[in-house]
Amino acid sequence: MTARIGVVTFPGSLDDRDTQRAIRLAGAEPVALWHKDKDLHQVDAVVLPGGFSYGDYLRAGAISRFSPVMETVIEQARAGLPVLGICNGFQILTEAHLLPGGMLGNDHLHFICRDQKLRVENADTAWTVDYEQGQEIHIPLKNMDGRYVADQYTLDKLEAEGLVAFRYLARDGVADERGNPNGSLNDIAGITNEAGNVVGLMPHPEHATEPLIGTGRTDGLPFFTSILKKLVTA
Amino acid sequence: MSRTPLDTVEHAAATPDVELPWAELGLKKDEYERVVEILGRRPTGAELAMYSVMWSEHCSYKSSKVHLRQFGEKAPQSDALLVGIGENAGVVDVGQGYAVTFKVESHNHPSYVEPYQGAATGVGGIVRDIIAMGARPVAVVDPLRFGAADHPDTKRVLPGVVAGIGGYGNCLGLPNIGGEVVFDACYQGNPLVNAGAIGVMRHEDIHLAKASGAGNKVILYGARTGGDGIGGASILASETFDDAKPSKRPAVQVGDPFQEKLLIECTLEAFQEKLVVGIQDLGAAGLSCATSELASNGSGGMRVTLDDVPLRDSTLSPEEILMSESQERMCAVVEPEKVERFLEICDKWDVIATVIGEVTDGDRLEIYWHGGKIVDVDPRTVAHDGPVYERPYARPSWQDELQADDANKLPRPSSSEELKDQVLKLVASPNQASKKWITSQYDHFVQGNTVLAQPEDSGMIRIDEESGLGVAIATDGNGRYAKLDPYAGAQLALAEAYRNVATTGAKPLAVSDCLNFGSPEDPAVMWQFAEAIRGLADGCQQLGTPVTGGNVSLYNQTGEAAIHPTPVVAVLGVIDDVARRTPVAFQEEGQLLYLLGDTREEFGGSAWSQVVHDHLGGLPPKVDLERERLLAEILISASRDGMIDSAHDLSDGGLIQAVVESALLGGKGARLVVPDGLDAFTFLFSESAGRAVVAVPRSEEVRFNDMCGARGLPVTRIGVVDGASVELQGEFELTLEELRQAHEETIPALLK
Repeated sequence: MTARIGVVTFPGSLDDRDTQRAIRLAGAEPVALWHKDKDLHQVDAVVLPGGFSYGDYLRAGAISRFSPVMETVIEQARAGLPVLGICNGFQILTEAHLLPGGMLGNDHLHFICRDQKLRVENADTAWTVDYEQGQEIHIPLKNMDGRYVADQYTLDKLEAEGLVAFRYLARDGVADERGNPNGSLNDIAGITNEAGNVVGLMPHPEHATEPLIGTGRTDGLPFFTSILKKLVTA
Repeated sequence: MSRTPLDTVEHAAATPDVELPWAELGLKKDEYERVVEILGRRPTGAELAMYSVMWSEHCSYKSSKVHLRQFGEKAPQSDALLVGIGENAGVVDVGQGYAVTFKVESHNHPSYVEPYQGAATGVGGIVRDIIAMGARPVAVVDPLRFGAADHPDTKRVLPGVVAGIGGYGNCLGLPNIGGEVVFDACYQGNPLVNAGAIGVMRHEDIHLAKASGAGNKVILYGARTGGDGIGGASILASETFDDAKPSKRPAVQVGDPFQEKLLIECTLEAFQEKLVVGIQDLGAAGLSCATSELASNGSGGMRVTLDDVPLRDSTLSPEEILMSESQERMCAVVEPEKVERFLEICDKWDVIATVIGEVTDGDRLEIYWHGGKIVDVDPRTVAHDGPVYERPYARPSWQDELQADDANKLPRPSSSEELKDQVLKLVASPNQASKKWITSQYDHFVQGNTVLAQPEDSGMIRIDEESGLGVAIATDGNGRYAKLDPYAGAQLALAEAYRNVATTGAKPLAVSDCLNFGSPEDPAVMWQFAEAIRGLADGCQQLGTPVTGGNVSLYNQTGEAAIHPTPVVAVLGVIDDVARRTPVAFQEEGQLLYLLGDTREEFGGSAWSQVVHDHLGGLPPKVDLERERLLAEILISASRDGMIDSAHDLSDGGLIQAVVESALLGGKGARLVVPDGLDAFTFLFSESAGRAVVAVPRSEEVRFNDMCGARGLPVTRIGVVDGASVELQGEFELTLEELRQAHEETIPALLK
């Protein structure tokens, strides 16, 4: 019996198949979930994949957050269901208030696609236990609206309680504006909720799971092995 | 157009003397008279609308047809070709039951008028061509040409085009894996925005644009029809820009990539359930094109009720509905018992779908509006029997003078210092500089199958996860070469794309082209066009790579000044296992660098002559397609047998440009030695064709040399991968940091 991990397809989701493949590569069973279907089909965890759901013509993620499937995701995430939001998925999680803050357009006003260096700031969530605390990894980044923002109170709380999960790094391993691809506050690339079951980030771990493909790195695979380990040993 | 009373067929027959605005719609007098002759009466307004868009240069290929025939007449025997020229896109067998469809098209004129939407809808159009063949789109490529890099208008056009391509392609979830960016003053008022796409399907899933089976339903699905792009085909794409006319902005269409993404998914789901008899996308000429092509390619006729077309603007006239180029629409022919399921799938994806007509057992295309018959034509006369022109052509009087202005006689660097300065100047020049600022605005990773993407020699996509089967695509063109000699220039474009595919380890299979030229009414331009096609057709015949389709873009001209003749050639290749692909980047220090092929003093049209002397003259490099084929075989064998770890084709900028790119991408330098029989300048800057630089692990040195020797390919050891600089022994040394700065800072500085 392996873990069953759901991947939601919204209209305009783009990385849903890629995420299913990453789940398979990690040894778990991917389950396709449909935005109009409230039923999560007994999955053990859910990934909200990247893309431009509903075209993102309004604020990114603002419409998806109200889709039928999200009603159940929100309810169950509050009860402890592990949920990972990647890129558009992260935007949806903030719109759903499962994670604090929000995303604005990149400060340079362009779409950006590149291999991005990150530091794992919290290796104690459901999605990061297979990383070392402080580990430096490379994960592809590609977005238009990736600038993480929050009010000062929220930022202070995230920092004080170790809820920043990933931070953008420059090539030399320092977190500053040189490595920050979009003007995110505190160089934040991803965050977790206090319980550690809900994690969101802008970079795309599902695109770093095979040595031949994309950047050729596999630094993203531990996201999926982490959750598998968590679910199987639980 | 007279709409009171409704201009029905009956009304037209009864009122033969009514004057119709055929000239405003872009028809010539004799063309209009031909329409009257075909119908045996004056056309109705709606019929005139259809004929005018379908007989436009853009849709009918009336000036180019007589030349394009050569692609069929000279087509090499190829087992790989499943569907050839004439369909929405060609289809190639790549083995293991897979078929690949690919095509390149132009969206030049709209992209100059409105760069963002022009480029975006160019991507949208080519992607719909791919899905109309039954394939899932898997990648896009974008060969782009702009005016001078430092011209103020380039700063308007380029960022808009790049954002449009990114905005549309990224939102569709298609990795952008290749293309080109070229600057030249000749493209100032006529940027070339070409867009290519690749799709993959199983052999049994190939779909064609035909409406057969009386009683089958015609379903229009996707976006509602609006007033955008009306006359786009006839007026925008088929006339030279003229400052005296009012703004053409309203004729450019507006794209909605989200709608197109839904269209892709619902179309593929309908294919999967085998619900579709025939399918056609709505691009240039909109419903006029879709209905007349579907009907003329099928066995019967078609009856359409135009009132049933969902509209964005209820005030549109029937003529406008027929001409509208609203994006993100498709037309499918479906058997009556499958219509319900087809509509359910559309509903699942929130796509509007409407039955607008049916296939009849006659041979007429009949269209009704408010109960009256407003179109009654033989669809073949609209779609296929357009005018054909034998335009006069003549070798331009200035051609001899241009060729006599020999670039080999230009002053060359006289010291090591000057040589080094010219290397830096070359790698920093806009055409040779890194295009990362542009390509980083495109998603390369989506779909999780990208093996290689720009700046690699070709883009490569895995199509089977189990076996590792993959396809590669490269697009190339060099307007400077083609200006000097259009016949050779077209063959050089083909040779470069072919070489680029082989350099990455893939076997070249087939060709698509996008032929960008000035006005066909100018005999000099027509000669360039005829020569380029003759060159390309001869070249494809010799290399055994058939042309599967493509696109012609004429009238790329402002006043008397035409662009350089610019045939852009896309070559598609196949690789059995993508694990064997060869990247551009140097992999390991100590590996030996070999130059494959012959280096001659060939500087006509070269990057060096442009960057250092702002010169264009002489003859382009010599073409030797047998050599290209041999080189390709060596590169493919070496990749398959693990004899080389990196390879880079030599083209514009010559050897030094290639070595610098491999060094910067790999973060490893190179020590080079000028081989016997060559001077340093020719070694670095010559653009002789049929060459590549490869890095060979020391353990493979003997085997690799033996293979080249046995097959008769000249191979010269030129250095070693080493250190953090590029050094030419006895001449100069440039650190990777210096080179990186020169190579990477140019484009952002020009465009920020």
